[in-house]
Amino acid sequence: MGHLIADGMRPVKRVLIAEDLYLLRDGLVHLLQAHGFTVVAAVESGPELLKGLVELRPDVSIVDVRLPPTFTDEGLQAALAARAQVPGLPILVLSQHVEQLYARELLADGSGAIGYLLKDRVFNAEQFVDAVHRVAEGGTAMDPEVIAKLLASNARHEPLTALTPREREVLEAMAEGRSNAAISQRLYLSESAVAKHTAGIFAKLGLAPSDDDNRRVLAVLAYLNSR
Amino acid sequence: MLRRFGQATVLLALILVQLPAIVISFLALLGTFALGMVFLYPPHVRLVRRLAEDTRRRVGAWTDIEIASPYLPKPPPPRPQADGMYRHDRTLYKTPRIPAWSDRWKWMLSDPATWRDGLWLLLDPLLKLLLLPVLVTMPARGLRLYGFWCEVLLSATRASRLAGQVSHLNRVRNLTVDSQAAEMRRIERDLHDGTQARLVAIGMTLGAVEELVEKDPAAARALLAKARAASADTLTELRRVIRGIHPPVLAERGLADAVRALALDSALRVTVDVDLPHRPEPPVEAAVYFAVSELLSNAARHSDARVATVDISGDGSYLRVTVTDDGMGGAEPGKGSGLLGIERRLAAFDGVLAISSPPGGPTTVHMELPRVLPEHWAGTLPKLPRWKAITVAVCWGTAWCPLFPQGLVAGVFKMVGAENKSWFLALYLPGPWQWPFILGMISLGIAMYVLASVIPNQYDRRHRLAWATSSPTGCGR
Repeated sequence: MGHLIADGMRPVKRVLIAEDLYLLRDGLVHLLQAHGFTVVAAVESGPELLKGLVELRPDVSIVDVRLPPTFTDEGLQAALAARAQVPGLPILVLSQHVEQLYARELLADGSGAIGYLLKDRVFNAEQFVDAVHRVAEGGTAMDPEVIAKLLASNARHEPLTALTPREREVLEAMAEGRSNAAISQRLYLSESAVAKHTAGIFAKLGLAPSDDDNRRVLAVLAYLNSR
Repeated sequence: MLRRFGQATVLLALILVQLPAIVISFLALLGTFALGMVFLYPPHVRLVRRLAEDTRRRVGAWTDIEIASPYLPKPPPPRPQADGMYRHDRTLYKTPRIPAWSDRWKWMLSDPATWRDGLWLLLDPLLKLLLLPVLVTMPARGLRLYGFWCEVLLSATRASRLAGQVSHLNRVRNLTVDSQAAEMRRIERDLHDGTQARLVAIGMTLGAVEELVEKDPAAARALLAKARAASADTLTELRRVIRGIHPPVLAERGLADAVRALALDSALRVTVDVDLPHRPEPPVEAAVYFAVSELLSNAARHSDARVATVDISGDGSYLRVTVTDDGMGGAEPGKGSGLLGIERRLAAFDGVLAISSPPGGPTTVHMELPRVLPEHWAGTLPKLPRWKAITVAVCWGTAWCPLFPQGLVAGVFKMVGAENKSWFLALYLPGPWQWPFILGMISLGIAMYVLASVIPNQYDRRHRLAWATSSPTGCGR
């Protein structure tokens, strides 16, 4: 992939940015460059985006849902089309609002390397860059609000009501796409405690346990989406 | 049969009521217009209308002739001016009694239906006597004839139908404007109390940061974190407001996906079935979206439901929406739930809402928006079957050939006895066959033209008929 080593031990990643608002596009370019990414293209419309995604095959792309020319869900459609042509192409979708419907469509191919975040998440540069890295490395980054909606609409259904509050917190963090290490940091738990909780959750939901972080996250999301 | 006789007898017996009514009306009109006793006029009109209405009802019940009330809508109650006085023409009154009375008087006097009613009353006994032989021998036929007679004078005129529609549209417009204004006020309040206030707070925090940044960088940083959190809150708030104005998914994806998104967000298990070939107009989409949203949240909140289905389909130019849940029922439009709001929203499109919600459930809400989908949508006007369409096209395309060159023109050539046979087939035939062939060609051509116009016409009529029977008319209010 990249030939330089920057930002610790990570190879330099090639990023494509699709955003129609100049200020935000520029801000994203600076933010990502400052964190050691190489911005290979910054486009502002749907057709340009699709072309860029398929031709440049960036290591990760940051895509706004609403783009010209129609200002509907141009960006999302381009992302889905590109992933249909290039399976598993890492894409992080940004939007002013999050919808379970869109999250489902993005997750439907089950290949991971997908992110779906509110634009506000850019405010916290550290977490945002972390999410970009995660998606680039084949993981997922789902907005906490998507997960909250997912859990809320599943709230009354059987296995989920059996979870303890702690397990729910772990489930939420896991569904957002975080690794055990990240969850332990966020919830102030030891990694072994997190592992225990995840095992408990998987047993209660009747899912096959997996050691691979990404596959585990996808299993949880698929479960929540399966109603 | 016996019942018909009974009905005919009642009709005849009513003459005994009508004759005194005619005398009273005559006296009342005389008093009103000759002696200026204007107070006699309204009771007279009420009496005549009462008789006419009775007859309309009776004719409707006894025969298949429906006669709608033709009266112009009642005048609205007078409104006080800013100073609390009521104006009528150039006079001011302290109470609304006299202006209301004169409005009513003018309403009765100017309604052509009043005069047609009067004429009907005058002629009715006479006509009944004329119909007497038929009524006695063939009461069913006689009642029908009587119905036709009543229809001539008692049914709505074009003007009154239009007036009814105008007053209905007026009412709907007022409702729409009102609810839109209320909506605007709500949005204004949301923005004013929420977003604006938060932005002010952020601005103040940033001002404090500016002062502190050199003296106390640590405190400044803490304040900056606060400002960032506040800006995130503001965005969340703003998103909520936007969702209330026009949900983003609706704008991005249209009704079908927006309702699917609603279903996903709902705590119920919702099955969505949308059968629309294209997107309806944006205002229609929004009305339906908010209605479904309200119904689903009602079901989740009040009725303890677990499963719901939403079914949206186009039927001709009608948009039909059905929302069903398995809750405990007992929903009523009057109970101050959002149902009233939905009705108001739908009223803008002449839409209606019907609820079936017996105690114990299930609750089913039907909504119907007439004439909101374009007629030409595929599936709405069930297209001509292919073979019929081809027949029509072939007929239109080729009928000229037998009719003109092979028929009429060949006939002219034959009559003139021209030498040139050109390509007129008839002229190549043996003599005795020529005329029958030409006439046959002419009739074939005519038949093809007739066929080509009759097939689609007949089809249209059948379709229009189905459409008319399913659409309520806008008059009679």
